[in-house]
Amino acid sequence: MNFEFNDDQRMLRDQARRFLMDKSPPEVVRQTLETEQPYDQALWQQFGEMGWLGAAIPEAYGGSGMGHLELCVLAEELGRALAPTPFASSIYLGAEALLTAGSEEQKQSYLPDLATGAAIWCLALSEGPRPAAEGNITAAVSDGKLSGEKLPVADGDVADRAIVVARDGDAAGLYIVDLNGAGVTRQTVDTMDPTRSQARLIFAGAAAEKLGNEGWPLLERIQDRAAVLIAFEQIGGAQACLEMAKEYALGRFAFGRPIAGYQAIKHRLADMYIQIELARSNAYYGAWALSTNAAELPVAAATARVAAIEAYNFAAKENVQVHGGMGFTWEFNCHLYYRRARQLALVLGSQRRWKDRLIRALERRNAA
Amino acid sequence: MDFTDTPEEAAFRAKARGFLSANAETKSSGNRNLATGWNKDEALAAARAWQARKAAGGFACITMPKEYGGQGLSPIMQVIYNQEEANYVAPRGVYEIGLGMCIPTMLAYATEEQKQRYAPPAVRGEEIWCQLFSEPAGGSDLAGLRTKAELDGNDWVINGQKIWTSGAQFSDYAIMVARSDFDVPKHKGLTFFFLSMKSPGVEVRPIKQMSGAANFNEVYFTDVRIPDSQRLGAVGDGWKVSLTTLMNERFAVGVAPPPDFDEIFDLVRNTELEDGPALDNAMVRDRLADWYVRQQGLKNAHFRSMTALSRGETPGPESSINKVVSASKYQDVSFFGMEMQEMVGIITDPDIAALDGLFQTGALSSPGYRIAGGTDEILRNIIAERVLGLPQDVRVDKAVAFRDLPTGRD
Repeated sequence: MNFEFNDDQRMLRDQARRFLMDKSPPEVVRQTLETEQPYDQALWQQFGEMGWLGAAIPEAYGGSGMGHLELCVLAEELGRALAPTPFASSIYLGAEALLTAGSEEQKQSYLPDLATGAAIWCLALSEGPRPAAEGNITAAVSDGKLSGEKLPVADGDVADRAIVVARDGDAAGLYIVDLNGAGVTRQTVDTMDPTRSQARLIFAGAAAEKLGNEGWPLLERIQDRAAVLIAFEQIGGAQACLEMAKEYALGRFAFGRPIAGYQAIKHRLADMYIQIELARSNAYYGAWALSTNAAELPVAAATARVAAIEAYNFAAKENVQVHGGMGFTWEFNCHLYYRRARQLALVLGSQRRWKDRLIRALERRNAA
Repeated sequence: MDFTDTPEEAAFRAKARGFLSANAETKSSGNRNLATGWNKDEALAAARAWQARKAAGGFACITMPKEYGGQGLSPIMQVIYNQEEANYVAPRGVYEIGLGMCIPTMLAYATEEQKQRYAPPAVRGEEIWCQLFSEPAGGSDLAGLRTKAELDGNDWVINGQKIWTSGAQFSDYAIMVARSDFDVPKHKGLTFFFLSMKSPGVEVRPIKQMSGAANFNEVYFTDVRIPDSQRLGAVGDGWKVSLTTLMNERFAVGVAPPPDFDEIFDLVRNTELEDGPALDNAMVRDRLADWYVRQQGLKNAHFRSMTALSRGETPGPESSINKVVSASKYQDVSFFGMEMQEMVGIITDPDIAALDGLFQTGALSSPGYRIAGGTDEILRNIIAERVLGLPQDVRVDKAVAFRDLPTGRD
């Protein structure tokens, strides 16, 4: 039984934490929140230089070839620090999609730039308020040309290429589209979490290159991989909320003693801890499934995502509550986590849809 | 990360599997409810026989030193054995308190001669032990107990009452804590003993629970004499000794029993609602997902603890969430299983109720799991104070002589 990160991975975590405390403190996060800047370019460049972007990309494709467990470790720290970069879009979705389904030629030509950060990728799936189910996809490819509209696309305003889910006849397929090419219009949209940019993409006959042949099942496999990695970001954020709430409650006196001594607060923090431990344990299982390409991945990923959404939602809102009125101010950092918790809860599809997906995966496993 | 055993662990697991398959019946839906109702004579006889067989096979008290009847192996081996035993009908509830809490306390505080006398028969299942801690006036506030211990020559004379004592009705011996000094603050006036449950003046009365079963008892003491040689720890050190026992409690009070996700999933897959299969109902799927996620969270947390044990480390605090999560889940799943059976859900007759009435039994048994071995509230306090390092509750009784404390309604 070895269900824990090893010493090297723990060392990587410590290094990443120190680096991000220095380079991605709340003041840096607020630079992206409070200005028009869509992401922190300096931070992004350093992620490339340190080999973080290429952590799970093999050396043959320009990555640092550390592995997926190492990427999970980094994801937790990125979530804890609220790093304002397109990491999830570009790496958990873009690079993972190429590694999962790209042809040798596609991997050779695209992965090296993803690993250095020279190129940013994103996934264009949702088409407005209707759930992103296969039957709801109207963007279409005909003769290698894509037309349609995608909203919202995380990091769609800054990405160089998108993996676009579009139909070709009856079935959905995945297509690589150069967002700087002809036939692409994009607009940044206002969101609850401006530290993670979102856009509307309009395609009018843009050149589309096929990725893999499986269509929707391939999309779900890619989402499963990203779900595990995003779960680690969520756990990092939730843990930061618990620590913030604890520190505040220890220092805040009311009725003659620290509010951390009152059971109403103690039990709230204990409940945060419980949710986080459940989510963390499930995320570890997801990490194992991701790193070994286990048949269990669909179940493990959905379990990790459902638990992580629950934990971060709870920790982020109760962190505001423990801070009282100050937690509701712009000045305090509680809302940075609150926003990110909401963003990560929706970016891969709602918890409702992932619960449904979990039960579907269990039904399949049961039938097998 | 991987889930494989070390070669040594794998060898032990294989040995345990061999022993279990040769000596026990595997669990099936037909014998799912056999573990309940262990105050019945036949269940007790079955438990005694199983413990004896386990001891003879070398699988009882795996971490206990060999000279006292154990196997002298590391905690990971006990976990491995428990995992394997969980697949079989193995009635061990009768012994969990004695071997999990009482005997470890004896090994920490009794004389060498006493350890030699009492540990081996307990391990073989020949003598059953219970724990006399809680009182009507002291449950969560255990140190508020009032049973009086007075020294008379070489004997202590005990008067008072204990409550919630599991298994007192068939126990041979007990450990107990009583108040030897009423003039000092409450934690300082306690003294710890062990005694024969057959001592004159000990009276056991069963408590009928809301489920109708009677697993607990009240135990009354009227001038019960305990020789001073059966005192564990110094006079006035009873609280310290109690903490040794309670540290073992979290290992002894395990996860709540079924129904859990597997049983509710089983029920739902065989249930038709007004508009089609229950499994196609969005609300049902939502609830199922919640319980699966919690069940797996606990299972995966357990893997993390096992990893620490396997490395010879102490498990982290993740194990502290076990009971608080599983007890509520037990209750919620039981209620939902009744919902799924619509109006029939109220029927307990095992010939009519789904899964032999497992959900109805759970609905009436689960409240006890949220209380026994540390209430939901006390466990949250423990997580807050010991794991997160938050301040203790304000204790107005800390510096006051016990006899001057307000006691509320009597």
